[in-house]
Amino acid sequence: MSWYAFIGALEQGFVYGIMVLGVYLTFRVLDFPDLTVDGSLPLGASVSAVAITHGVNPFVSLGLAAAAGFAAGAVTALLSTKLKILHLLASILTMIALYSINIRIMDGPNVSLLGVDTVLDPIAASGLPGYLAAPVMYAGIALAITGAIILFLNTELGQALMATGDNPQMITSQGVNTDTIILLGVGLSNALVGFSGALVAQNQGAADVNMGVGTIIAGLASVIVGETIFGKEGIARACLAALFGSVVYRLAIALALGVELGRFSFNPSDLNLITAVLVVMALVAPKIKGRLQAK
Amino acid sequence: MIQLEAFTKYFHKGSINEVLALEKIDLTIRRGEFITIIGSNGAGKSTLLNCLAGTYMPDSGHLMLDGQDIAHWPEHRRARFISRVFQDPLLGTCASLSVEQNLALALRRGRRRGLRIGVKKAERVLFSQALKKLGLGLEKRLRSRVGLLSGGQRQALTMLMATLIKPDILLLDEHAAALDPKTARQILDLTTSIVNAQQITTLMVTHNMNHALTFGNRLIMLHRGKIIFDIQGEEKAALKKEDLIARFYDRQKEELSADRMLLG
Repeated sequence: MSWYAFIGALEQGFVYGIMVLGVYLTFRVLDFPDLTVDGSLPLGASVSAVAITHGVNPFVSLGLAAAAGFAAGAVTALLSTKLKILHLLASILTMIALYSINIRIMDGPNVSLLGVDTVLDPIAASGLPGYLAAPVMYAGIALAITGAIILFLNTELGQALMATGDNPQMITSQGVNTDTIILLGVGLSNALVGFSGALVAQNQGAADVNMGVGTIIAGLASVIVGETIFGKEGIARACLAALFGSVVYRLAIALALGVELGRFSFNPSDLNLITAVLVVMALVAPKIKGRLQAK
Repeated sequence: MIQLEAFTKYFHKGSINEVLALEKIDLTIRRGEFITIIGSNGAGKSTLLNCLAGTYMPDSGHLMLDGQDIAHWPEHRRARFISRVFQDPLLGTCASLSVEQNLALALRRGRRRGLRIGVKKAERVLFSQALKKLGLGLEKRLRSRVGLLSGGQRQALTMLMATLIKPDILLLDEHAAALDPKTARQILDLTTSIVNAQQITTLMVTHNMNHALTFGNRLIMLHRGKIIFDIQGEEKAALKKEDLIARFYDRQKEELSADRMLLG
């Protein structure tokens, strides 16, 4: 792997790491498998890109992207809790609807961000070499957000969120309306995903309606990789594991793409296959490990 | 304090499987009463508790609490007044959270939850003292995940959580039935001591006639969704197991003979 491929993987690891935190919140904490993310990632990207091209400050555009993501998550949550549609199906419906909405927002399938200001400009202006500016900036943002999520999960509300995923009957009899908590949790998760999408768009210089394909699988893969390598005991460890799981995942992908076996090498389009295999391996590994230890 | 008026609950209403689970129940529960509820399977005991807790809504009738009709309030809204312990020891606690986190959730029962810290330092001291009284050594395991505790320990913890803030009514749904006899005994002793110490109005469903007689100061027998026997005070204290069993089987005999007539 070249130095540039390594830096690029780090960069992506942190940028998508914010999305992975969102996936962690729904899949692991709330026990709500949410596929909305495949739509809310490009939603965040398109909102941010359109806002920036209309002269909005790039940092403010991140907030707008997060708000849009929250709204998308809220729709999924309401479909599930109020209209009693199965959570998985509810999230697929929102995801499909977002495809059309994203094209409406961008007035086309993509928006270019070449030549406009992005969140990277202030740090690039500080004199840090270009190839370092991006990873440092994104690592800082991702770590700050991870810290905020850890703090949040330790509050009364955060604890109620964890309990809702663990034992809804118990937390209901403690006086918590689980519908409200699910709205908040799935909303927050998609706000993170939207935020991440906005950063991805600013990083790669364009928002594209198809950039969200496979987000959920990449997110899940990162969560599982993180848990396997860094463990999952405790709130802080689990959240950091999700973030660094994302970094490891992107590095692994970069490695795999660099592999050459004689005349064979992987194409970027093989990414989904590699990811799927990676997830299966990570899911099966603990079982095989358990079986070996039992012998 | 609590009044059920013509309280009726159907299951599968309007279908061929329609069941009348509670039929126009009239019941007044006074403050400080400890009521044991018995009845055969399908008598409506658990349905009654679930209707009080808000898991089920009645088809008709009223549920008055201090003059306010709460029959259609959602479960989470009633939690301010009502706490419960389930038969399944796993249902009352969160396995992935620690002992202190579970207790902190219970300490905020029915209160608005915000962005304040989930477990405060001062609360840890309180929890530690409360856990010491259980005599299970849990005060040394405040930070252990509840999933690591045994069923009996979890049920004791649930009992403590249900009464950490004194509820207006405590609902116990065969809460010792899923435990081994020794542990069940401990949980029941714990129940008596907590209920007596705090003078909590309690409804306890049980399948055990002995428990129904020895615990509480009022006994209700349900049968096919109706209260067929309601006895309290000295009369209850004087009640013998034989009398109760006789009452219990009287009803079923009646039905058997009715069936026989049909078959004959």
